[in-house]
Amino acid sequence: MSVLIYTDSADGTLTKNAFEAANYGALLAKKEGKSATAIVIGEASDIDKLGAYGVTKVLHVNDAALNNFDPQRNAAIIAQAVTKENATTIIFPHDYSGKATAPMLVAKLDAGLVTGAVALPEGNTVRKAVFSGKAFADVEIKTAIKIISVLPNAVDKQIGEGSVAVENFSCEIPTTRLTVKEVKKASTELSLTEADIVVSAGRGLKGPENWGMIEELAQELGAATACSRPVADIGWRPHHEHVGQTGIAIRPNLYIAVGISGAIQHLAGVNGSKTIVVINTDPEAPFFKAADYGIVGDAFEVVPKMIAAVKKLKG
Amino acid sequence: MKIIVCISKAPDTTSKIAFTDGNSKFDENGVQFIVNPYDEWYALVRALELKEANGGSVTVLNVGDTSNDAIIRKALAIGADDAVRIDTPTQDALFVAKQIANYVKENNPDMVLLGKETIDYNGSQVGGMVAAILDMPYVSLASKLDMNGTTATIEREIEGGVEVIETSTPFVLSAAKGMAEARIPNMRGIMAARTKPLNVVAAIAADNATEIKSFSLPPAKTGCKYVDADNVEQLIDLLHNEAKAI
Repeated sequence: MSVLIYTDSADGTLTKNAFEAANYGALLAKKEGKSATAIVIGEASDIDKLGAYGVTKVLHVNDAALNNFDPQRNAAIIAQAVTKENATTIIFPHDYSGKATAPMLVAKLDAGLVTGAVALPEGNTVRKAVFSGKAFADVEIKTAIKIISVLPNAVDKQIGEGSVAVENFSCEIPTTRLTVKEVKKASTELSLTEADIVVSAGRGLKGPENWGMIEELAQELGAATACSRPVADIGWRPHHEHVGQTGIAIRPNLYIAVGISGAIQHLAGVNGSKTIVVINTDPEAPFFKAADYGIVGDAFEVVPKMIAAVKKLKG
Repeated sequence: MKIIVCISKAPDTTSKIAFTDGNSKFDENGVQFIVNPYDEWYALVRALELKEANGGSVTVLNVGDTSNDAIIRKALAIGADDAVRIDTPTQDALFVAKQIANYVKENNPDMVLLGKETIDYNGSQVGGMVAAILDMPYVSLASKLDMNGTTATIEREIEGGVEVIETSTPFVLSAAKGMAEARIPNMRGIMAARTKPLNVVAAIAADNATEIKSFSLPPAKTGCKYVDADNVEQLIDLLHNEAKAI
């Protein structure tokens, strides 16, 4: 019996979320005395790295024609791998690919699914984030086969020395009515959902012309940039940067919020972050209640000092 | 063009989140319910725009009991032509997906649109399940949808970029930000909604694959450590040495 992990790739390498899922799946396999097998669909040059995360075997459908994402096709392929590996649990990253593929696999296997897991299962019960991160639910899966999609930082990373056996997986590949015509990359920007550090700013910055220092701080930290909803709505920043309940929910290691008051809808999208830093002129800003570190002060004075201090630290 | 938009009931985004019955149930006391924003702002409004441009009909579909009628009327006030409620207490995502798939199969729409997830259970499950049950293409997290005859051109957000996808009807699509601009119902719409058809149909038998056992709230932050604005270097030092975040 095995735990099967769907590890997605982009641009020829596995995604950060794929490694998070592999780590989770391997820890679960260890806990339940099963083996951890990953499935990779399309080309990926760094499959060997999965060994360090505890995966012992990889089924690779190594076909460049499958590089573009199609959840219907992928679900059909994964279903065949489930049978071959006698998998009892299937793990997905809770990202763009997992969110589309996991439910399609559910319908094929008639199995129970918990999305957005934040911890390893206890028996048949999985803890997941609900109410946009404002609460957790413990959900029991009643079916023999269990499917779980995993949020970033759900479990601590355990990296070892293991190696993987890669097996070319030949399977039936269905034709679908979906064609990917084009993939437009958002320049070289770091993907917001994959970033370890996020620097975010809100209306406190007074205008889009003042974002230079936010971008500079992000660059010094190797961080992605984000913004609050009002700022995206008035067009100061692009919509894809909007984090919060109706934007993107993120769980970075470090979230730095500059000039954002911390409305409940914004907090919902970021309160899974490990460490939160808030910089605001208003000592009564609700965001300070959710923060680990705070500076009451003017962003235009504090942020340049932060940039200088980070530069000094990084030498 | 025949479009079905699935809508879900969700607590207003400003609701206080609390639980009752030994933390096994969401405390609805004092909570105002709304149409799930992703269903309303993006899926429903884009469906209405497509109908306005191409003709056809927009039906809103909800799985739930009579307590959902108020939010169904709201969707009618925004502009849907009619509504169908599959009459059953709401259960897990697979149960709901089987109800929707059964209705879709009998009514052959050109597309089924819904929001990318609900803001309460954040499952992001029902759309993919419906598509898989019906063996239709599924495009999730779509930010743009244009129709040309039976061909759909869709933009979908992926890690670090956007995918442009082409598919053909019938398909299932989950909508995310960017798809449309929210509409506020006007008085005429609200009046008209009162007399638009809301058909109640029976549910089919289906099992739950999952069950929520209990809820809990995240541990409260232990308190914010304040650093003086004149001593920013100390903050960077704490982030490096204490939080080990940079």
